[in-house]
Amino acid sequence: MAKYIIKRIIMAIITIFLVCFITFFAMNAVPGGPFNSEKAKSQAVMDVLNKRYGLDQPVGVQFINYMKNIMHGDFGVSLTTGRDISDTISTRFAVSAKIGLMAVVVALILGIVLGAIAALNRNKWPDHVIIFFVTLFTAMPSFVAGSFLLLVFCIQLGWVPVWSTSSPNYVLPVIALSLSPMAYITRLTKTSMLDVLGQDYIRTAKAKGVHRAKIIFVHALRNALIPVITYVGPLTAQILTGSLVVENIFTIGGLGSAFVDSITKRDYTLIMGVTIFLAVIMVIANLISDLLYKVVDPRIRLD
Amino acid sequence: MAANYDSPIPRKNKLSLQLDPKKFEKATDEEKRQQDVMAESTTFFKDGMRRLMRNPLAIISIVILILLLLMIIFAPMVVPYSYEEIISVEGKRDRGAANLKPFEYSEMEQQYMQKYGVKIFPHIMGTDELCRDYFIRVVYGTRVSFLVGIFAALMVLIIGVIYGSISGYAGGKVDMVMMRIVDIIYSLPDTLIIILLSIVLKETIDFSNVPVVGKLGSNMVSMFIVFGLLYWVGMARLVRGQILTIKENEYVLAARSMGASGGRIIRQHILPNCLSVIIITTAQEIPSAIFTESYLSFIGLGVQLPMPSLGSLANAARSGMQSYPWKLVFPSVMIILIVLAFNLLGDALRDAFDPKLKQ
Repeated sequence: MAKYIIKRIIMAIITIFLVCFITFFAMNAVPGGPFNSEKAKSQAVMDVLNKRYGLDQPVGVQFINYMKNIMHGDFGVSLTTGRDISDTISTRFAVSAKIGLMAVVVALILGIVLGAIAALNRNKWPDHVIIFFVTLFTAMPSFVAGSFLLLVFCIQLGWVPVWSTSSPNYVLPVIALSLSPMAYITRLTKTSMLDVLGQDYIRTAKAKGVHRAKIIFVHALRNALIPVITYVGPLTAQILTGSLVVENIFTIGGLGSAFVDSITKRDYTLIMGVTIFLAVIMVIANLISDLLYKVVDPRIRLD
Repeated sequence: MAANYDSPIPRKNKLSLQLDPKKFEKATDEEKRQQDVMAESTTFFKDGMRRLMRNPLAIISIVILILLLLMIIFAPMVVPYSYEEIISVEGKRDRGAANLKPFEYSEMEQQYMQKYGVKIFPHIMGTDELCRDYFIRVVYGTRVSFLVGIFAALMVLIIGVIYGSISGYAGGKVDMVMMRIVDIIYSLPDTLIIILLSIVLKETIDFSNVPVVGKLGSNMVSMFIVFGLLYWVGMARLVRGQILTIKENEYVLAARSMGASGGRIIRQHILPNCLSVIIITTAQEIPSAIFTESYLSFIGLGVQLPMPSLGSLANAARSGMQSYPWKLVFPSVMIILIVLAFNLLGDALRDAFDPKLKQ
């Protein structure tokens, strides 16, 4: 177990380092530096600026310096606003994390409940209805879901006010973000629930006369949820990347919209900072969900 | 009936069960055929296809995909507009033709039709804000989606199968190193890396002079590069896993003892046996590539303007969503339709070809 954990942590560190490496050198390959602006500066000014920010050194040295700074939470300054990127990330991420967490909770609860209902009513109408919507939602990109929700409930029906910082309404963005992960969790829960319900120990419990509710909740659901735990990592990734566009659609000033803005404005340092930040979160989420999987299900071989 | 027992051939013994051949007649060919209840022998592929064709969802999705394919091939020949053409009447730019409703004509077009008594080809999905026919733009967007999906799946297929089979067949240290590389690539956040690399490649490499690619734009090229770099790992893992089990079979040993080379064993004996996994994974790779493309186009990293893509059309439609909702609805429904059809087909293929699920 300890060996496996250490191996996974080393792998995670390599991955994070690789992401930093790719992003740093990718950004350095882009022509133009942080001080190229519309106003031409004299060579002397450029030299001073480059020296001050350490840009006159070889790229390798710059990379080491950049990594050192990242370790201290310093991602540099934005090319468009000149503000500290770690500041931008932390304030923007607070908003994103709130919506993201709500979406995770909604997706998990609804997905598990719907999946269990579908499994318990296999080939009856609740199963068919649930699977129909699940199939539809998996084929719907988050930006389509978000745009449609905005169009129908916000603009045509006027039930939900447009998002603003003074009156934040999280209903629509959370629904838009959670639809496709929810669909996936429903499918996952259904298949694993069906698998568990066919096991011998469920029959034993039934034969002993255990109450149906107890069989479902204590014996079946607990074991059926094991695969769902492995999905926590990819779920985080999906919600984070989904929030890139959903925040943009609902004009929520989160990390996602900051990222999309930085792409359109070609704010390279911000793109780099956000990419590394999100990648680290995803890698850690994956690591945690993999480790949890092994803890919850001792039958899994550790290798 | 008793009379029939009087046979011309005398019985040796009254109790003998000796049969009289004259009481029998030869079965006709037709009667022989009736006894023949053997099913026709099928190949694995035919068997799978038969099961696939019995699945109504598979049939529906295949029909939808064929209809869409016919549309993207023939619509540009039928519709007299091109995707970048601004509508003009008698050589004059028609400024009133922006944001028309489906099947609506602008004033200039109506006057023209009255004047000459001819019909102008209708704008089936209306027009966009720059007076371009929206239907043909959606058709071209669908074309881009199909192209991306199929090319990405092909790339995944080729790289993944080659990498996976080498790793699985070689085994040992080679396998370990190759799989560690796969593990690391697997855990990279793909969407973020795609976004990053497409920005970088767009700025650093100039594709505008390359014939077909130049029109699609450097974003497309970088998207394919990234697909080629990142997306094959799932396929490689699956193929390797299959090969690890298949190569232990006796027929592989037999082939090797007869002196077959490693490449021949992989091609002739091992790969045909993991064909089902390869087919299923390739089919499932198509919708995910289409998804990624529409997603990137939506945030402005997709195809080069004025070439449309379903994602960029949906994005452009957002600004006038209140007044012209159909501009959002058409490309969105198209994305859902394509991805849904490919998803259902992928699931049906899995049910039909995965021997482990056979009941």
